[in-house]
Amino acid sequence: MASKITFSIGGIHPNDSKLARERAIEVLPLPEVVYVSMAQHLGAPAKPVVAVGDSVKTGQVIAEPGGFISAFVHSPVTGTVKSIGPRKDLAGNNVTHIEIVRTGEDEWAEGIDLSEDLVTAIPDDREAMLARIKACGVVGLGGATFPTHVKLNPGPAAKPECLILNGAECEPFLTSDYRILLEQTDKIVVGAAIMQKILGCRCVIGIEENKPEAIEAVKATVARLGYQNMVVQTLKKRYPQGGEKQLIDAVMRRQVKSGALPISVGAVVQNVATSLAVYDAVQKNRPLITNTLTVTGNCLPVEAQHNYLFRIGMPLSYIAAYAGGVPEGAAKIVSGGPMMGKAIANMDACTVKGSSSLLYLSEESTRRAPATNCIRCGRCASACPMGLEPFLLARLYRAGDNDGLEANAVQDCIECGCCLYSCPANIPLLDNIRQAKGQVMGIIRARAAAAKAAAEAAKK
Amino acid sequence: MNTIIWTIVTLTVLGLVLALILYFVAQKFKVEEDPRIDQVEKVMPGANCGGCGFAGCRAFADAAVKASDLSTCFCPVGGNEVMNKVAAILGKEAAVKAPQVAVVRCNGSCANRERTNIYDGVASCRVKAALYSGDTGCSFGCLGCGDCVAACSFGAISMDAETGLPVVDESKCTGCGSCVKACPKNVIELRNKGPRGMRVYVSCINKDKGGVARKACKAACIGCGKCAKVCAHDAITVVDNVAYIDFAKCKLCKKCVAECPTGAIHAVGFPVLPPKPAAAKPAAEQKPATAKVPAAAANAPAAEQKPAAPQPAATEKVAAPKVEEPVNQAKKEVSDGQ
Amino acid sequence: MAKFIVSPSPHLHSATHTDTLMRDVIIALMPAVIVSVLFYGWHELLILAVSVLSCVLLEWAITKWMLRKPDTIADGSAVVTGLLLAMNLPPTTPWWVVVIGAVFAIGVIKMTFGGLGQNLFNPALAARVFLLISFPAIMTDWTVPQGFIGSPDAFSGATLLGAVAEGGVASAVGGADLLGKFLLNIGGSAGEISALALLAGWVYLLVRKVIRPWITLSIFATVALIAGIFHLCDPAAFTGPLFNLLSGGLILGACFMATDYVTSPMSNWGGVVYGVGIGLLVMMIRYFGSYPEGVSFAILLMNCAVPLIDRAFHGKKYGRA
Repeated sequence: MASKITFSIGGIHPNDSKLARERAIEVLPLPEVVYVSMAQHLGAPAKPVVAVGDSVKTGQVIAEPGGFISAFVHSPVTGTVKSIGPRKDLAGNNVTHIEIVRTGEDEWAEGIDLSEDLVTAIPDDREAMLARIKACGVVGLGGATFPTHVKLNPGPAAKPECLILNGAECEPFLTSDYRILLEQTDKIVVGAAIMQKILGCRCVIGIEENKPEAIEAVKATVARLGYQNMVVQTLKKRYPQGGEKQLIDAVMRRQVKSGALPISVGAVVQNVATSLAVYDAVQKNRPLITNTLTVTGNCLPVEAQHNYLFRIGMPLSYIAAYAGGVPEGAAKIVSGGPMMGKAIANMDACTVKGSSSLLYLSEESTRRAPATNCIRCGRCASACPMGLEPFLLARLYRAGDNDGLEANAVQDCIECGCCLYSCPANIPLLDNIRQAKGQVMGIIRARAAAAKAAAEAAKK
Repeated sequence: MNTIIWTIVTLTVLGLVLALILYFVAQKFKVEEDPRIDQVEKVMPGANCGGCGFAGCRAFADAAVKASDLSTCFCPVGGNEVMNKVAAILGKEAAVKAPQVAVVRCNGSCANRERTNIYDGVASCRVKAALYSGDTGCSFGCLGCGDCVAACSFGAISMDAETGLPVVDESKCTGCGSCVKACPKNVIELRNKGPRGMRVYVSCINKDKGGVARKACKAACIGCGKCAKVCAHDAITVVDNVAYIDFAKCKLCKKCVAECPTGAIHAVGFPVLPPKPAAAKPAAEQKPATAKVPAAAANAPAAEQKPAAPQPAATEKVAAPKVEEPVNQAKKEVSDGQ
Repeated sequence: MAKFIVSPSPHLHSATHTDTLMRDVIIALMPAVIVSVLFYGWHELLILAVSVLSCVLLEWAITKWMLRKPDTIADGSAVVTGLLLAMNLPPTTPWWVVVIGAVFAIGVIKMTFGGLGQNLFNPALAARVFLLISFPAIMTDWTVPQGFIGSPDAFSGATLLGAVAEGGVASAVGGADLLGKFLLNIGGSAGEISALALLAGWVYLLVRKVIRPWITLSIFATVALIAGIFHLCDPAAFTGPLFNLLSGGLILGACFMATDYVTSPMSNWGGVVYGVGIGLLVMMIRYFGSYPEGVSFAILLMNCAVPLIDRAFHGKKYGRA
């Protein structure tokens, strides 16, 4: 296999700024009150199964899936349910949260194995493993928070050929995946082996070249544990290497057709943090109530950079205060990476399963300069990893040409931000393309629904 | 000489042949169309705004001709006048509808609603709404990027630089509803214009609990329900912590306006009070109202025919401290009078 | 809580902006500018100064008083236009002709279409052609003024292509020392003076990733190929490939004028088609046209085709055949 590989179209090379890479993971102390969101995953919000006044134990189910694509939510602390109601998420919109007041130290719910010894023997019952993953509320922790049990069970018609474990962490600043790759290597590798067994295919663990220590550690562990058909692949440093479609292109040299799922080319992509959660779920029956988050930023001194093990439901303001407060020069706070993360409008919002960072950006690094005329340099088109022409899409959107947008594949946009990053005229390309994509996706869905209805009517 | 003659002859023959071909092709591919469509289209306003729900005036005319009765077709721009003409052409009965006007239901001026963050994206309400709840503590109110201004084909909406809210010029608004569709937060509502332009409405749609809403905006509806209690006509309902006045039931008694603790209920279009008490008011209080008039008038030349201030001050009056409510109330009517 | 910025992602931006790109182009032009001033002296300096100043001032005045928009001179594009215009004029051009050229370039070609990024034609080149047609005598006066290095007596007063047009292939090629012409080519537009200096600037632009090489390379390749074929068929009637590459404004045009972002195709394959088109037109005009020099016309003609080329060529999309 080639020594270093990467995806074939577009991409950019931002400064990776992994400032917190040397900081070991610390465990955050528990706050007095947690607010657990019911919308921690892609799909339907979860439905609370506890009532106000109930006392709950750590790891106890407090909400059940609200649909096929949905997930269980567990209590992150031991305490009493104080309220269930709307609370603002980090975008400032109302989402149902369960407020739990902590009554003391952790009392874990029944059946959770708290031992730390590594279990490498993988159960044989595929269905039981999937059931565990579902019951523990595992979702994809790479950003999309898609329920993992759904992704690992693609149906009888699908033929999974390759499980790609995504350790690219191509977003600048973020270091949480790097830290768990170093500190929880064994568990991640066993987790990958579990998913590999469920799918019945080979496994490639992809890690970007800027994390050589992690590559060595994982290689050594894979060799030591002796799993078959599992290789570690070094990836070139390039954004968005960790995008699902880009990773499949890099590793398998196959491209997912527009509108199709990765499984159509035999690929299943899972994040390394998800692998850790899968290990905890299957081997220890531990629900997903913790994850790793980086507190970092270009206005923080090195000693103020941290990697934390957090519980879901912790207010971001609590974490910020524990880490030493919001730094002086911070102009923007981002949850997630600087390329695809969300700017935080409300610091009282709480951590969710997929939280990956608290990123402080300085004014000069993040402020957008006023947009000027397009100079037709074509940088956006060369940067687009989907091979789209952002300048054209933004223009079609302003002209309201939905047919033109669809013909030029606006629906394929992965919102990676390469176009806006690279535009020398500071044109808000992605802002407009995101709207255009939503519009066109709506039209496509409506058309599909109409076609389906017509087909059914014809049957009768 | 011969050349000239031949040229003329050839060209003439060529022209005739082509004309014949064109004639036969035109006959062959002639599109049969009801002539009444043209007649109806002629009486339409011709703005092609889409306010009727059809793709434009011609599409409306086509639909009106084909429809068995006119109950599904109504031109909000032309109103009853145009509909009567259409009905006359088609020999059908036109439904009579009350004229409507766009109403901005938000009090969140810069003074009332403190900014909690700085928005740095493209200036579009749609983009902003898809991103987050907005740059204030209120996640329901106006986002202030002016999508409605861009959507209006009649130039009836403008952004007030001072309040950061859109202002509807009633004389230009045709009630087509383009702005209602453009607003991602559903802040704008079409309401009946009311007798002589008088109407009462709740200028807030914040569904947060009273305390939260009040913290985000001084002039928010806190859902206290005082207005619903005082209303003798059963026109006010409070759902999800926000009051709503049914314009079909409202008798314009204005009791609720006086009752509202935050000044979220607005009464517009009521006659001006006798000028004397207004003049007797402290000059300081008069100032903002009068100062606003020239700006508003400049925005809306059509409004100049009217004696008093046109539309302004819908928000600035609620910005005043609550203690001065009685005076405030009087001033409200002065500034709103037509 | 202090007020923080909220915006859609991405939250980082590259350091490359319109003004930094233009700055790179200005830097890339410097070798040729310096060489031309050294050999053409004070008058060349005057032409450069008048050209740049009038372009910048005109753009400022138009944005301020006619368009009533914030001025755009800070982006440096007017300076680039000014420099390129001066480089495209003979070193003897009177200053008032330069001003007329600047008015045409900025006022007519650039700003009437909406400023930077909107114009269909390359402003400097369109102005050169405008002047060539309006003042043919001035624009083909190749007398060499006194420079800071060397005296005018040392150099002949006719351009190579002019010699071909007047006296036939043999007389021109016979006296031409091609290597010497590569280093220093006195006689012609100011910017044509040194192929070496121009290519150095072009390499700088490539290294800084300001432009992609495909347009320039395909022009060179097409010119060389066509000249090669014709020259092989009849060496007495047609000049050879190297002669054609080094003479006229071909290098200046291919490196700096044809690669202008605004008036060239955006995709790589589109760029190749555009370059081949320019090469073809250049050689057709040189061999069969009445003008001795065809680079300006060729580029302007292909400028017209850019919207069509952009329609026809798109990059490869992910997951689509």
